[in-house]
Amino acid sequence: MSTQTTRLRITVNGTVQGVGFRPFVYNLARTCGLAGTVCNTGKGVEIEVEGPPEAVRRFTGELQARPPALARITGLQCREMPPLGDREFIILQSHGQAAGQVLVPPDVATCADCRREMLDPADRHFRYPFTNCTNCGPRFTIVRDLPYDRPRTAMASFPMCPECAREYHDPADRRFHAQPVACPACGPQVTLVDAAGRSPDGLSGPAGVDSRDHDVITAAQQLLQAGYILAVKGLGGFHLACDARNAAAVDALRRRKHRPCRPLAVMCRDMSVVEEYCLVAPEERELLLSPAAPIVVLARKPGCPLPAVLAPGLQTLGVMLPYTPLHYLLFAGGPPALVMTSGNRSGLPLAIDNERALSELDGIADYFLLHNREIVNRCDDSVTMVVGGETQFLRRSRGYVPRPLAVPVPAGAPVVLGMGGEMKNTCCLLKAGEAYLSQHVGRVDTLEGQANLAGSRAALARLIRAEPAVVAYDLHPGYHSSRLAREMAVPVKTGVQHHHAHLAACMAENGLTAECAGLILDGTGYGPDGTIRGFEVLRGDYRRFAREYYLAPVPLPGGDGAVRNPWISAVAYLYTFLGRDGLDAARERFAHRGKELALVETMLRAGLNTPPASSCGRIFDAVSAMLGICEQSTYEAQAAIELGDLVPRFPAGRREAAEFPLDLQPYPCSFRGAVIDPAPVLAGVWREIKEGVPASRIARRFHDWVAAVVIAAALRLREKYGINNVCLSGGTWHNRYLSGVVPRLLAQKGFAVYSHHLVPAGDGGLSLGQAVAGCYRVSDGN
Amino acid sequence: MINHPDGQVILLAHGDGGALSRELVEQVFLRHFKSEPLLPLADAALLDDSGGRLALTTDSFVVDPLFFNGGDIGKLAVCGTVNDLAVSGAVPRYLAASFMIEEGLPLATLERVAASMAAACAEAGVQVAAGDTKVVQRGHLDKLFITTTGVGWLPAGVEPGYHRLAAGDVVLINGFLGDHGLAVLSRRHGLELDGQIVSDCAPLNGITGALLARCPGVKIMRDLTRGGLATAVKEIALAAGVDFRLEEEALPVRDVVRGAAEMLGLDPLYLANEGKFLAVVDAKEAQTALDVLREHPLGRRTCAIGRVEAGRGNVYLQTVMGGTRLLDLLAGEPLPRIC
Ligand SMILES: [Fe+3]
Ligand SMILES: [Mg+2]
Ligand SMILES: [Zn+2]
Ligand SMILES: [Zn+2]
Repeated sequence: MSTQTTRLRITVNGTVQGVGFRPFVYNLARTCGLAGTVCNTGKGVEIEVEGPPEAVRRFTGELQARPPALARITGLQCREMPPLGDREFIILQSHGQAAGQVLVPPDVATCADCRREMLDPADRHFRYPFTNCTNCGPRFTIVRDLPYDRPRTAMASFPMCPECAREYHDPADRRFHAQPVACPACGPQVTLVDAAGRSPDGLSGPAGVDSRDHDVITAAQQLLQAGYILAVKGLGGFHLACDARNAAAVDALRRRKHRPCRPLAVMCRDMSVVEEYCLVAPEERELLLSPAAPIVVLARKPGCPLPAVLAPGLQTLGVMLPYTPLHYLLFAGGPPALVMTSGNRSGLPLAIDNERALSELDGIADYFLLHNREIVNRCDDSVTMVVGGETQFLRRSRGYVPRPLAVPVPAGAPVVLGMGGEMKNTCCLLKAGEAYLSQHVGRVDTLEGQANLAGSRAALARLIRAEPAVVAYDLHPGYHSSRLAREMAVPVKTGVQHHHAHLAACMAENGLTAECAGLILDGTGYGPDGTIRGFEVLRGDYRRFAREYYLAPVPLPGGDGAVRNPWISAVAYLYTFLGRDGLDAARERFAHRGKELALVETMLRAGLNTPPASSCGRIFDAVSAMLGICEQSTYEAQAAIELGDLVPRFPAGRREAAEFPLDLQPYPCSFRGAVIDPAPVLAGVWREIKEGVPASRIARRFHDWVAAVVIAAALRLREKYGINNVCLSGGTWHNRYLSGVVPRLLAQKGFAVYSHHLVPAGDGGLSLGQAVAGCYRVSDGN
Repeated sequence: MINHPDGQVILLAHGDGGALSRELVEQVFLRHFKSEPLLPLADAALLDDSGGRLALTTDSFVVDPLFFNGGDIGKLAVCGTVNDLAVSGAVPRYLAASFMIEEGLPLATLERVAASMAAACAEAGVQVAAGDTKVVQRGHLDKLFITTTGVGWLPAGVEPGYHRLAAGDVVLINGFLGDHGLAVLSRRHGLELDGQIVSDCAPLNGITGALLARCPGVKIMRDLTRGGLATAVKEIALAAGVDFRLEEEALPVRDVVRGAAEMLGLDPLYLANEGKFLAVVDAKEAQTALDVLREHPLGRRTCAIGRVEAGRGNVYLQTVMGGTRLLDLLAGEPLPRIC
């Protein structure tokens, strides 16, 4: 047995503050029998341990193998130090923060310990809607500035009571240095008011609810139970909540929110409720239960008793589990499943403060469940799905932001801002090889949306201490995000083509730098020639790209009007590519459109406001409308989503996916040079509609045509240029059949296939690609 | 109106200044434009001076097709220029009209245009005091272009101007937006719409005169021609250095226009009007102005659509959904943005 003593200084970088790292280190050191210190610094956490070499080895091993659940170690350096003869292990005061390698963690769903306490009548946190600890609770949404300490959060206005203060300062306590700690004696409170803003005492009360005899939560539960719509202030914004089992309540919510069809998210009390309604693969279960607690799009069980109106025309349901103490309390006695959709007026950012919510959600919500903790950073729920065992983001926001992604950048790269797109906007700051994507910003076509973008960008810059030297934006002349970029006081501005940005985003999150083939399937992207694109096969890297293959453009009568009316795309495709037969088909199929159809025909004949579009989204729209699935779109990509719902569901689980048959039955593909000709697929679809072939089979063959076309293009590119890396990007890859089948088929043919698993394939990931492409471009000096 | 033999068309010689030219002027224009100053066919018209400030404007008119529902190039040429004078606060008196004609234009067409101009002049109470005719080779212009120059007098005490705009002022418009733009477009392309769309083409000096008579404090008026309401308001905002906030809910647009515009991918706020103007008035005078305008046949559907705010040239549109959109000058046909 050795009596030797060594001392080691360990510097840890990454998400290591606000995640219970120091108590973990403290406890680990004591378990290992080591003396020394731990301290938060501006660069992360600095640990010094002293003791027998064996114990120090064990300590460093455990540190890396089993860090706290929420920690993310990005760097760890060890240095031998002369022993100082320390006797005990102590936590030192923080010093020298603000150098900018410390990351604010994302918000974390309520942990099991906190949940247990909430249910314990003997605990002082019993039924307290804002309880949290070092392992859970609000983070990003309450932080104003760095360093991440209580005075710089929304908790600044809630001085800790002696008991909370004791726990906060006790290294052995599970609330040690948990910045948002609170209890009923000192923390935020909830209130329930009606639409006129009257307090619960003045609540005249619908039948069966008397808030004077119950606490606020019970009253809210009863209102939900009775079919009312509640605006509930949450972590990153307001939700509009109603009983998900109550079709009339859901209907009323849709009417009031002017949202006839868009799927509504449902929050279920627990896993057993989720499993009562939906099929849940192990990977989906894991995601639902993860600290980020995102919405996961699940397949409904056959015979699922929830009303169809939750997601009309779809067999899926976006489901999440409770993630704040308030949610858990609402479910302790309330309905087992609640609609929890974003609390905003259509097209506007999520409401985050009480005053605005009362005015903006007036006429939508019957009652308002408010609280007095400020939401500093707006943060919508994240939306995910699992395809073949792998997570895909439809929206990356709460629970993930502001965690960075490591991406390849050239040496000495400047800080670059990607401004994102026009819808589903996010922005992205790229600093020292780490890409920080903002929360979901959404539409920026209103001043409110633009203010949201500006605010999100500013908050991100503050939290990572990075001001951009370069801003990269989309080339579309009508994007407000691009206008804002051009107006910014940033030295260098660079436009990045929409689909080049998609390709770059996919390369970046997969760490690629060499030239790739990009199978870009998308709705609308502005091309360098001023036309609209969305179905193109690119060859390129971050610096440059070439368009190798693309779908023949179609004149799009009325531009965005056609996007809102998929039947117009159908007429345009039929008229343009099938000649006289197509015109007859359009007239037969859309006779009920009457004069509108004549108008569209005239526009096509005269070329009246018919911008050409080579778009995957539009051909999906066309087929969806031809099949009578969706002729008018009330939310983005509705026609394509409903068409995709008809094809075989690519399994969520890895094991099931391995057995999924990959035999394509495509309509014929035809290339004319670089141009992909849609005539054969349109003719095939129309012929089979006439023959009475079931819509699901036609939908399947159409999807297979898309798959076959892009695979054929990838093969041609490999033959011509020897490129074996293939990136799949653009909004169409949110189609679970295509995103399940195509990568497997490409892999079978020996391709290295890269898809999106860290950022959305659609425009939610655009800002990442802009930032990285912009970064390489300026680093080259051209 | 005399009957021109079928197929009688404009010849190059109609524009050579000789006998045929004289015949054209006498047979067509003089018969329709019964105007004393014009009659001598002198090199210049001699006009009576009322002693006030002179207002002068000129505009060229090019429209395809020449005839559309509710109007034609002749009526347009009169109303356009009359309206420019009217919204300046002036009383329009005389017009000069210059005709550029393509060789081969049927004489009957010119006749129809001249008659329509004469009728519009009568309605507006103005006279054509001078004129000119040129004929160009077939293919060198499209059928007929007309340039009109208008003269009017500004009554004493009337002085609209950008500098007078102030926060709180109210914006009024005298009725439905976009009718003219869509009427012309639908005739040009033979569009079958879900109902009749008739151009609003009309001389506005009657209604502006009535307004000024009762509300001499009107701060500014503007006709809503090319570029529509949005472009006009944006131009005023930029010139005056103020902001405007318009309420989408208050903007009058006929259902048939709204529906057709949606299908065509056009925004009624940017469609041309030829009988609509906006007036900015002090909030205290808004109700009186509204009442006066509504009494006039061209102002039955007058409404307040927004307000002036302190600012630097922005035009905000409060949308029905509760958001705020920034309106800019017309900038070509919009490209799709929805991804
Ligand atoms: Fe896109
Ligand atoms: Mg003019
Ligand atoms: Zn906890
Ligand atoms: Zn407390």
